[in-house]
Amino acid sequence: MTTPASTPAAPTQYLIRGASLLGRDAGDLLLRDGVIAAVGSAAAGEASPDAAIIDAAGLVALPGMVDLHTHLREPGREDAETVETGSRAAALGGFTAIHAMANSSPVADTAGVVEQVYRLGLASGWVEVRPVGAVTVGLGGERLAELGAMAESRASVRVFSDDGICVSDPVLMRRALEYVKAFDGVIAQHAQEPRLTEGAQMNEGDVSAVLGLTGWPAVAEESIIARDVLLAQHVGSRLHVCHVSTAGSVEIIRWAKARGIHVTAEVTPHHLLLTDDLVRSYDPVYKVNPPLRTPDDVSALRAALADGTIDVVGTDHAPHPSEHKECEWAQAAMGMTGLETALSVVQHAMVETGLLDWEGFARVTSVTPARIGRLAHQGRPLAAGEPANLILVDPTARWTVDPSTMATKGRNSPFRGLELPGSVRATFFAGHATVLDGRLATPRPAALGATGEAPAWSI
Amino acid sequence: MKHLLSTQDLSARNALRLLDVAEEMAAVGEREIKKLPALRGRTVVNLFFEDSTRTRISFEAAAKRLSADVINFAAKGSSVSKGESLKDTAQTLEAMSADAVVIRHPASGAPARLAASGWIDAAVVNAGDGTHEHPTQALLDAFTLRRHWAQVGGTASAGTDLTGMKVLIVGDVLHSRVARSNVWLLTTLGAEVLLAGPPTLLPVGVGAWPCTVFYNLDDALAERPDAVMMLRLQAERMNAAFFPSTREYSRRWGFDDGRLALLDTLGLDDTVIMHPGPMNRGLEISSAAADSPRSTVLAQVRNGVSVRMATLYLLLAGDPHDDTHDQHDDLTVLIPEGRTP
Repeated sequence: MTTPASTPAAPTQYLIRGASLLGRDAGDLLLRDGVIAAVGSAAAGEASPDAAIIDAAGLVALPGMVDLHTHLREPGREDAETVETGSRAAALGGFTAIHAMANSSPVADTAGVVEQVYRLGLASGWVEVRPVGAVTVGLGGERLAELGAMAESRASVRVFSDDGICVSDPVLMRRALEYVKAFDGVIAQHAQEPRLTEGAQMNEGDVSAVLGLTGWPAVAEESIIARDVLLAQHVGSRLHVCHVSTAGSVEIIRWAKARGIHVTAEVTPHHLLLTDDLVRSYDPVYKVNPPLRTPDDVSALRAALADGTIDVVGTDHAPHPSEHKECEWAQAAMGMTGLETALSVVQHAMVETGLLDWEGFARVTSVTPARIGRLAHQGRPLAAGEPANLILVDPTARWTVDPSTMATKGRNSPFRGLELPGSVRATFFAGHATVLDGRLATPRPAALGATGEAPAWSI
Repeated sequence: MKHLLSTQDLSARNALRLLDVAEEMAAVGEREIKKLPALRGRTVVNLFFEDSTRTRISFEAAAKRLSADVINFAAKGSSVSKGESLKDTAQTLEAMSADAVVIRHPASGAPARLAASGWIDAAVVNAGDGTHEHPTQALLDAFTLRRHWAQVGGTASAGTDLTGMKVLIVGDVLHSRVARSNVWLLTTLGAEVLLAGPPTLLPVGVGAWPCTVFYNLDDALAERPDAVMMLRLQAERMNAAFFPSTREYSRRWGFDDGRLALLDTLGLDDTVIMHPGPMNRGLEISSAAADSPRSTVLAQVRNGVSVRMATLYLLLAGDPHDDTHDQHDDLTVLIPEGRTP
């Protein structure tokens, strides 16, 4: 990717004035050469005269968000999303790194495919795109994919998942957990017992009983999580549980953590806000896997995210072409978009309810997901010498969700028409402004040299 | 009412209104010329994505007795089986100026989707959607029950509800749209509803329904129901581990000759036996029960046409007596007399 000669060069320095750092005291930040060069009173003094000055009074500065769970659909379903459109949406949503799930076509189960996705991310330049490798060949659940080859590829894969499908074979799951210890990997499990969820359409409970839709019982998630935490303990490996959706799952994970098992857990923004009552409309925009649950589950998930039982927010951004949602419920695809609403939904559900402060927000959206994904340069403190992956947020803004104006190709936002708080005003990816004034600015110039060897975070 | 999608959202007033108009329609059916000009020039499309000759011809007869033009659109063998979406089918019908679409669909919620999507302006009548609802079946059951209840009480049925009546529904409630529609409608009309069936065929969440649940049919019969409604056991449930064998199901939850005799023993002289059809004789109902004087099976079929006439009439000819209005006028003024020879 080349930058047209007519494009003016982006400023190399930004002086951010008066931002509230992690929601606390206001201070200045100087971004230079991809790092935070100075913080506080020293920043203005060190800024060069041609530094771009950003008045950030009233804005909160946070580390750039890191999503462990994004579906970018490329290669294969470029009508649903591409790396380019998905990473634009991510930048607008306040992300500086996203993990592209492996269920593309072809599946990201070889070094070749993960390197392709990785290079598409570099070429786009809006965020850091980290491919997730499939656990099994073709997501088939029968043979391990070449996890080592993906780990050693230029994409340096550390997160492996068959997301969308559960690694239900207990022996295969055990082997995967054991094997990734060789390169400090983690298995991110989509916990869904397949036999208990054949034909499942929505949460099994009072609402499914009335609607006559086949139930997806909580026990189908909880039984797999219970098995997997015991396997992780047995083999001494790391387990990450994707999109936890039930109160019972929270209890099992709390128990596992108390026993010292290396398990981390994720919750989606939609499971923090929406309930299965919405399915009464039969509008497939509310169809998602795992399904929307009950108000009691939502309360338990919020409490768990606040007390650290659930470690991170992952969007499970899942764009679909409109024809996959403009149909009967049973035929519709599962999934919701989420990159451009995640910050606002989490602010609404967690910050404005007093469950998390902004530092806690940074922990669950940036610091911990970066640690799970082994991204050393993301989710860092806002301190001198640290990589300049950060965002500026206006917490007082209010906006109404309109999917038709989003950068993602997907129009399947369950938050359509909802008024939400919080707006991402600026996103800095390795010191480069990808979003300014709440709008897309420019992508970070491709770091691909003649050899294409440079990793995204080489600053 | 713009659509008839479910009985759960049907108010008592609208339900009674439908039943009362159905009484008037039934009277038309007893005339020599069984036809009204009410829907002349209107088009009713029977859009059937699932085979159901019984329901389809019932709606067809209802629409024709109201002088509507009827188009039967069977999805099998049509463009639908070639992958055409519900949206495209709906828009095609819209372009043909359908006034009402009677839809039978294997997916729960398909009629609601059609009504809410904006793809079509026509009135939508749910003729059975997946395992969700079958509102006209419940209306014809309620109509049948109301006539029976009035006969027992020695009153006229028009204007009355089902207060004081006890109705037992037996069988595969989990997969039954008939059961769901009846639970809501019969309780709305004041009846007490009892459910009996194997625990595997009662939905998780049934505890929130306004009914009493029994696992043992004989315990339920001991509650002295005024009507016993047997649900059809679908063939595809028989080998899916919901129960060990059809014989065990039949022994425990079938309405067999022994239970028919039990009604006499219990002195339940006025208790009727209902079935939405088609029946599996010898499985959920014995031939003796199906053919006994207690059986309302054929009356249900007959009443189906009247109830469907009332539905199409109220949706298409307009109803000044919707829930938004309070007065409850004489119904006959709305219905033109058929010409007598």
